[in-house]
Order: sequence, then structure tokens, then C-alpha cells
Amino acid sequence: MYEQIRRNRRASWLLMGFVTALLAALGFAIGAAVLGGTRGGIGLLGVFGIAAIAWSVLAYYSGDKMVLAVSGARQVTHESEPQLFNVVEEMTIAAGLPNVPAVYVIEEAAPNAFATGRDPQHSSIAVTRGLMQMLDREELQGVMAHEMSHIRNYDIRFATLVGILVGMIALVADFFLRWSFWGGTGRRRGGDSNDQAGAILMVVAIVLAILAPLAAYSVQFAISRRREYLADASGVELTRNPLGLARALNDIAADPRPLRHANRATAHLYIENPLKNKKTKEVSGVFDTHPPIHKRIAILLEMAHVGPEALAPSRKTAALPPPHDAPPPPAAPPA
Amino acid sequence: MIAVIIIIVILVVLGIIFAGMYNSLVGRRNRVDNAWSQIDVQLKRRHDLIPNLVEAVKDYMSYEQETLTNVTAARSAAINAGSQGPQAQAQAENMLTESLKSLFAVVENYPDLKANQNVLSLQEELTATENKISFARQFYNDSVLTYNNKIQMFPSNVIAGMFNFTTRQFFEAPEGDREVPKVDLR
Repeated sequence: MYEQIRRNRRASWLLMGFVTALLAALGFAIGAAVLGGTRGGIGLLGVFGIAAIAWSVLAYYSGDKMVLAVSGARQVTHESEPQLFNVVEEMTIAAGLPNVPAVYVIEEAAPNAFATGRDPQHSSIAVTRGLMQMLDREELQGVMAHEMSHIRNYDIRFATLVGILVGMIALVADFFLRWSFWGGTGRRRGGDSNDQAGAILMVVAIVLAILAPLAAYSVQFAISRRREYLADASGVELTRNPLGLARALNDIAADPRPLRHANRATAHLYIENPLKNKKTKEVSGVFDTHPPIHKRIAILLEMAHVGPEALAPSRKTAALPPPHDAPPPPAAPPA
Repeated sequence: MIAVIIIIVILVVLGIIFAGMYNSLVGRRNRVDNAWSQIDVQLKRRHDLIPNLVEAVKDYMSYEQETLTNVTAARSAAINAGSQGPQAQAQAENMLTESLKSLFAVVENYPDLKANQNVLSLQEELTATENKISFARQFYNDSVLTYNNKIQMFPSNVIAGMFNFTTRQFFEAPEGDREVPKVDLR
């Protein structure tokens, strides 16, 4: 675990350095093309470099707030969601972490959950309403233990930085691509020197066009799928109950609805891919953010020494009638 | 001259290793103490919740006075055992856990009680507190294990002996949790 913490800290620094260098280089290229010459290049390099450092610092300290805001998460207290809050507290105690993460709820029916923050002292856990309604206490405990493991080994720091920084590169590249496309065609009618600048700009635009999807892919690639297996395993170490998480993942996998509030920049944070746009495949692709969920469930079942039949009766889904808001029997009016 | 330097270097290196082992022992002892205080917090919380629960259910359960008396008695015994070390306290707290289990089993027989919002939320709080106690115990026992290992294993046992680090007791799980349930087929 300490090895994993060290790796995540190092990866976070490397990522911030890499993004700053990349943006500075981008600044140089654009500066040289638009303002002309090395001087213009260096000028814009400085501007981009400083902006990138400022953005990195911002991502480090409030990346979690941005991710939560984008996801439409709302903070809850012990009074409003006692069971969810209690389960988070239980897992905090099991992990021996110094303080309880902030708890958020996303009002959506698709079941999913994620954790974000920069270290265990500054961390948050968000779950969707659908997850809370679908899972019983034991299953919820399994999911929260998984998230607590991400918090404990600093996965949250790296994953949040990846979401904010790489997500932004894609955004910047996209923006300049559009701007240079329109700007470039408009300037085509100008003089010779402008024509040359326009040509260089087009080259930059093409490079960016390649860079943007690459950046988006690297979001998914940087988050090694090993992290999910690791968090599953260390989550079980907390609950000592592999079946709870296995049943929870089984329920989550069975739900076909995508999460509206998730996007490519934040998808890798969730416990299971929230986009669900791909057909279910048996083989895992190179750019998948998450390992195949059936494999994760199989590993958990093996830990519990049980077969797949143990998954079948999820107590809550079996006990509750499909409409969750059915009134309790004594309160039901006769008519 | 060179011999003196070599000796000094060896002494410095030994000193650093020595300090490192000492600090790690202190760190682990503090973690055990901290883990213990976590258990303590949750045990106190349970002691505080029980009177509310008894108050909430007693009007419904006039025929179950014995169960209620057991819970109240177990609670007082657990509070008194608080000053008698982990082993005695664990025993008393486990008695309390058992009496609460039988109380909740009885609650299942009263539909009115099961629908009572106050009882439901108290039940959730007590379930959560039970879980927190067992997770805190899990973390405490893990911490005690690594700490005791450090104290008893070479070379840190030398330093532990010099500075009077002593092994800690485990907080034992309830007997019932470890035994195979007896099935009586008649």
C-alpha cells in the first residue's frame, strides 16, 4: 500500500510537469506562428507556461470541487442520509483514516459512485441516488470500502488531476482547432506573410487535431485498470466480505442506463464505466478505463469461495417491489 | 586516525538505525492507543443510545420486561467494566451485544414497532454503531498485532526491552461469532 501511495504521488507530479511542458511547447508553436519569430514564440511560451502552472495548482487544490460540480453532486449530512453516512463512517474506521470524507449524492437513477480529493484529509465520496436505492447495506458497504481504498492509497489525487488537466488539454486543443480553422480561412485573402502564417497555423491545427483525441485516450490509458482490481481487493480487506461488493457490482452491471452527468474526463473516476456506450465485450480493449466487470465479480466470488449462484438474490432488489415509493402497508388507504 | 573515523562512522550509523527503530515503535504504540480510543468512542456512543431505545420500545413491549431488563443490566455492567482493561471490557461489551441482538429479535415480532420511525432510526444508529465497534476492533487488533510483532522480533525487541515497551492485549471477538452455530433437529 505504501508503495502504491508513493507511486501515485510521483505520478501526480509527473503529470503536472508534463502538462505544463506540453502547454508551454504549444504556446511556443502558436506564438512563433502567429506573432512571428522566436521572440513571439518565447513570449507566448511564458504566458502559456504560467497559465499551465496556475491551472495545475488550481487543479491540485480544487480539482475535487470542480469534479463534484460537473457531476451535479450535492453534499449531504448525517441527518439527511443517515445510512449512507453511517456506512462511510464505518469504512473510515475500518481503514483507520483520520477523518470522514465529505459525502455527496448525485440525484440520478443510474447506479454508480466515485471518490475524489487530494489526500485522505481532503477527500469526498459521491454516490448516485439510484445506487442507494438499489443496494442493501452490505452491498453499499462493499462499494464504500472500494472508494475508501482509492482514498487511502492516493488514487484520488492522480485520478482527479488526470481528469482536470488532460480534460483541459482536449478542451484547449479543440478550441484552437476551431479558432484556427475559421481564422485561417478568413486570413487566406490577406498578404503573403499572412498567408505563410496561415499555413503554419494550419499545421499547428492539424497537430492539435491529432493531439486532442490522443489526450482524451491517454486519460483512459493513464488510469491503469489495475487500480480497480487493487481497490476491489483492498476494499475486501476492510469489510472482510467479498460477496457484498460482488453482489453490488453485479447489480451495477445489470443496469443499462448511462450516467448523464459523467463525461470522458470524469468517467475513469467511477467504480464502473458510467458511459456504457460500448457493447459489452468479453475482451478488454487497450483504452478501456475499467476492467471487464464480469472478471472483477469472478475474482471476488473466488475470494468468497462461492459460485455465481450466490449473486442471484440481491436481498433489497428481491424484497422490494419495482416501484420503490410504494407506501408501507399500515398507511395505505383502503380505496 | 582512520580507525577512529571508521569507529565514529559506525557509531553514527548505529545511532541512526537505533533512532529509526525507536521512532517506529513509538509510532506503532501511538497507533494502538489511537485505535483503542476509536473503540472507546463507539462503545460510549452505544451506551448513550441504549436508554433512548429502551424508552422508545418499552410501552409496546410490556410482556418482554425481561429482555429490556437484560439490556439495561448489560449496559451498566459494560460501563462499570470500562476501567478494567481490554479483556474484561470486551467480555462485558460482548454480553451487551448479545442482549441487544435478542432485543432486536423480539422487535421483529411487533409490527407496530417495526413501522415506528423513531425505532427504525434508532435501530439504524445501533446497527451502525455495532459495525463501527467491530471495524474499530478489527483495526485495533491489526495494530496490536504489528506492534506486538515489533516488540517480540529481533532486532527491535532489544530496543523495546530497553525502553520498556510492553505488548498489548487483543480485543476479543464475541464467543458466538467464532463458534459454529448448534443446530438442534428434533
